[in-house]
Amino acid sequence: MMEPTNTSDPNFYHRVVDCQWSCPAHTNVPEYLRLIGQGRYQDAYMENRSSNVFPGILGRTCDRPCEPACRRVRVDGNPVAICRLKRVAADLSGDLSERLPKSNPNKNGFKIACIGAGPASLTVANDLLPLGYEVTIFEATSKSGGLMRTNIPSFRLPESVLNFEIDAILNMGAEIRFDFPVTSLSALLNQKFDAVFVGSGAPKGKDLQLPGRNESTERIHIGIEWLQSVAFGHIDSVGERVLVIGVGNTAMDCCRTARRLGGEEVTVIARRPRQFFKASPWELDDAEEEGVDILVNYSPTEFIVKQGKLAGMRFDVLKWNDDATKSEKIDSVVIDCDDVILAIGQENAFEWIERDIGLQFNADGMPVVDPFTMESTLSGVFFGGDAAWGPKNIIWSVAHGHEAAISIHNRCQKVSLSQRPLAGMSLSSQKMGISEWSYNNDYNPSDRQKMVHVEMTRRFENLSLEVELGFTPEQTAVEVQRCLNCDIQTVFRADLCIECDACIDICPVKCLTIAEGLEDEIELRKSLTLPALNMDQPLYISAPLPQTGRIMIQDENICVHCGLCAERCPTAAWDMQKFTLQLGYAGDTRGQ
Amino acid sequence: MPSIIKPSIPLIPLAKNDLGLTIRNYEGSMSTLCAGCGHDSITAAIIRSFFEMSLPPERIAKISGIGCSSKTPTYFVSGAHGFNSVHGRMPSIATGANAANRSSIYIGISGDGDSLSIGAGQLVHAIRRNVDMVYLIENNGVYGLTKGQFSATADVGSRAKKGKANKVTPIDPALLAISLGASFVARSFSGDKEQLVPILKAAISHRGFALIDVISPCVQFNNHNGSTKSYSYVREHELKDIETSYVGEFSEITADLTQGNLTSVTLHDGSEVVFRSLPAGYDSHSRESAIAYINGAVARNEIPTGLLFIDEQAPDMHQVLETTSEALVDLSYESLCPGGGQLEKFNQSFK
Ligand SMILES: Cc1cc2nc3c(=O)[nH]c(=O)nc-3n(C[C@H](O)[C@H](O)[C@H](O)COP(=O)(O)OP(=O)(O)OC[C@H]3O[C@@H](n4cnc5c(N)ncnc54)[C@H](O)[C@@H]3O)c2cc1C
Ligand SMILES: Cc1ncc(C[n+]2csc(CCOP(=O)(O)OP(=O)(O)O)c2C)c(N)n1
Ligand code: SF4
Ligand code: SF4
Ligand code: SF4
Ligand SMILES: [Mg+2]
Repeated sequence: MMEPTNTSDPNFYHRVVDCQWSCPAHTNVPEYLRLIGQGRYQDAYMENRSSNVFPGILGRTCDRPCEPACRRVRVDGNPVAICRLKRVAADLSGDLSERLPKSNPNKNGFKIACIGAGPASLTVANDLLPLGYEVTIFEATSKSGGLMRTNIPSFRLPESVLNFEIDAILNMGAEIRFDFPVTSLSALLNQKFDAVFVGSGAPKGKDLQLPGRNESTERIHIGIEWLQSVAFGHIDSVGERVLVIGVGNTAMDCCRTARRLGGEEVTVIARRPRQFFKASPWELDDAEEEGVDILVNYSPTEFIVKQGKLAGMRFDVLKWNDDATKSEKIDSVVIDCDDVILAIGQENAFEWIERDIGLQFNADGMPVVDPFTMESTLSGVFFGGDAAWGPKNIIWSVAHGHEAAISIHNRCQKVSLSQRPLAGMSLSSQKMGISEWSYNNDYNPSDRQKMVHVEMTRRFENLSLEVELGFTPEQTAVEVQRCLNCDIQTVFRADLCIECDACIDICPVKCLTIAEGLEDEIELRKSLTLPALNMDQPLYISAPLPQTGRIMIQDENICVHCGLCAERCPTAAWDMQKFTLQLGYAGDTRGQ
Repeated sequence: MPSIIKPSIPLIPLAKNDLGLTIRNYEGSMSTLCAGCGHDSITAAIIRSFFEMSLPPERIAKISGIGCSSKTPTYFVSGAHGFNSVHGRMPSIATGANAANRSSIYIGISGDGDSLSIGAGQLVHAIRRNVDMVYLIENNGVYGLTKGQFSATADVGSRAKKGKANKVTPIDPALLAISLGASFVARSFSGDKEQLVPILKAAISHRGFALIDVISPCVQFNNHNGSTKSYSYVREHELKDIETSYVGEFSEITADLTQGNLTSVTLHDGSEVVFRSLPAGYDSHSRESAIAYINGAVARNEIPTGLLFIDEQAPDMHQVLETTSEALVDLSYESLCPGGGQLEKFNQSFK
């Protein structure tokens, strides 16, 4: 017979909260959504900040791995608009000055260097400054924020939001040296820092070496460099006809920026069919809404330069097999243009790290980094963000930053790096009375709320006009109720069950079964009240029930956390209990 | 009562029956009974049976008396016809309805109080007439709705919640029905749908009066130690050596129904009841055999369950009374109301 589920392992209930489980920083989404629903925006902001550090930035730009994972997708096809609700909390949080962490006047004497002022380094500073560390950030450019400032366009992320959240960290007393590219790691190591964190990102855009490339460089741009020049005000116009090569998120920012700088015919060129695009679907939608054309199955072969001036580009037109692994050329065409922007990928650049100081690189030229401690092979040098394993996104940089901060703290406190603060959990009953819960357990059948955008006539007025208007109060009220409160767990006590079937009969999604235990999980899954065919979601299996020795089985996959099982249970064998994951951060001594 | 109405969830892959309906289409409104009441489980078994048999909701007629049990027709098949009658009068209403419209499927829901105290005089005649209906007694040994007084099925010695023991001899509805000539008599337990659902389906397919006595614990007033109708007592004392399966008219016979020493009975509509196991020497067509078996079990403090007796050939009320073969609503005005001349002729025949 299958073993009863070990619910004392925090991972079991954590996994039920699909959004939190899939968030690299494990933000407690349902808790902050309820706080927003109660109008407690400041509390919602702080709940976010404790894990993801940049609620206002992420509420606009997060890659949101939580949304495809959201239970609501399995229930009505569309996730809760988690990311945009985060923005609501940030926009309405009011004066946060009392609640933001403060600098610690009692310095602990340890000095930490961070290379790069992107989100990874900033997170390290955020976690270490309150503990009394002295943090010095070396930044190659004249501004903080990394790609968040230099590459994410201000029509997606207003400068004021960026400044507020970065200042909240720097104001804790970080020392920042601008225009200070670190050119030698070993020189920096000689400066007697107690630890060094490398958060230098993946700052190099890939080039495309094709015939014609070296004849005219002026109107052929590398995407991330071009966006940076726009952000710093060095570029403020572009030709009327622009080709953007590549179809990832960088390409989307390039084409939309081009539309704002004078590009009339902006075309994004993709080698492969649409289902293989790297860009997030919402970024594609936003670009197309702004009149950007996307051409598929075009592979660039040549820059066409006439009289020393870029005139166009030649492409092979391809025909692909079904899984786009093989192609054949069916045509060759030339598209005229004034500018080409290359958005075909980013690379790391570690030429400033000497290869003889004990810091190992792998065959791909990437540093060897421990995925748990973030330490390189050179003791005391840590990596995080895009510098660790290549380009990812902001929320991953934050998650890396937290882990690196724990390691740096351990190192300075002479605790083994492998002793991470223990993740704990608490469970508390939400019962307020008979059939009364502290959360709104009713199912709201509304559709996902649509984000309203600035009207098209004003869209290109200026580069920094934020496109998304944010949710209205009415939209917010509905959208928070679409959340199924996955953290309010169905907690079962086998010893109390009298096998009356009330829970089985009431469950609106038929996810409960009382049955003889089966040896084989697949067989068991098929035999349930409603077969549990989503193998990604674990079953809950109870201890044997007192009267018949059968077991209670729950398929978490489709439970909507309505609490009806607990309401109909005469013995309170089912209860709805709020699960709170206690994450460990630097300075947390649980488990040590 | 639950705080919310059971929601409909769009993407849950519920199976559809031959009518294209899901099991949720056979539900009714939210139950207001106590959490854990056996009656709610019986409701769920009824929903499942109707769904699996693909019965059109509009062909179902639900009739009940008064009691917690008699409230339950509200909780299944909202699309069916229903009549919630006076206390104990469900058998007469059902008889009348069936006389007028024989094309509906009648399910009468009653309690041990409704059927065996105030309604005993009604029940016995519906049995005698072999009215074509399913008659369910949701038997909890108490008057649940009026807060737990002993009913006529309380066993001698069974204790009330406050400790007082019953001293009055009980009526066994199954024995009563068999001895009065019922054509289908079964007993089951609300906590055992695997047994109850096939019995319900067979009862629906059976032509004639099908009585099912379902032990259905009252969690509020009769589920304590000392009660003989609690979940744990019934589980400990249930005698389950009659095992039956129901094979629908068009459904395939599965492998475990082709092996071993099986006996089967073909019902009026072509479906079959297969006895997978029967006690030695038991004859489910013999009233004597069934009565002896039940008495023997009761003497050993056991609760015999299963399909105890069946006479699939017995003529139902319409056959006995030689009524018209069609429901009255389906008759033309002329044949339903043949006019003054015919009435005169009819009256003359009595002279
Ligand atoms: C066009 C574009 C759009 C994007 N949009 C999104 C989005 O919407 N959402 C999202 O989550 N992610 C997005 N990303 C990815 C995201 O910006 C990065 O993953 C993230 O910023 C990485 O953070 P980081 O701290 O590792 O490094 P970075 O943000 O890259 O910061 C590194 C910093 O280090 C500095 N630096 C580099 N080398 C040195 C050196 N030797 N000495 C000193 N300083 C140095 C750089 O100047 C830079 O300021 C986008 C990326 C691009 C290119
Ligand atoms: C004529 C009449 N007499 C008495 C009552 C009070 N009464 C209501 S329900 C009930 C007994 C119901 O018992 P049972 O049929 O066993 O139903 P249960 O509630 O136990 O399911 C009684 C006596 C009544 N409603 N009407
Ligand atoms: S329904 Fe709510 S708690 Fe559940 S995964 Fe989605 S956002 Fe998270
Ligand atoms: S909370 Fe209980 S009743 Fe509601 S869906 Fe989950 S298991 Fe079913
Ligand atoms: S409702 Fe409670 S007592 Fe009844 S079967 Fe479910 S868990 Fe067990
Ligand atoms: Mg009763």
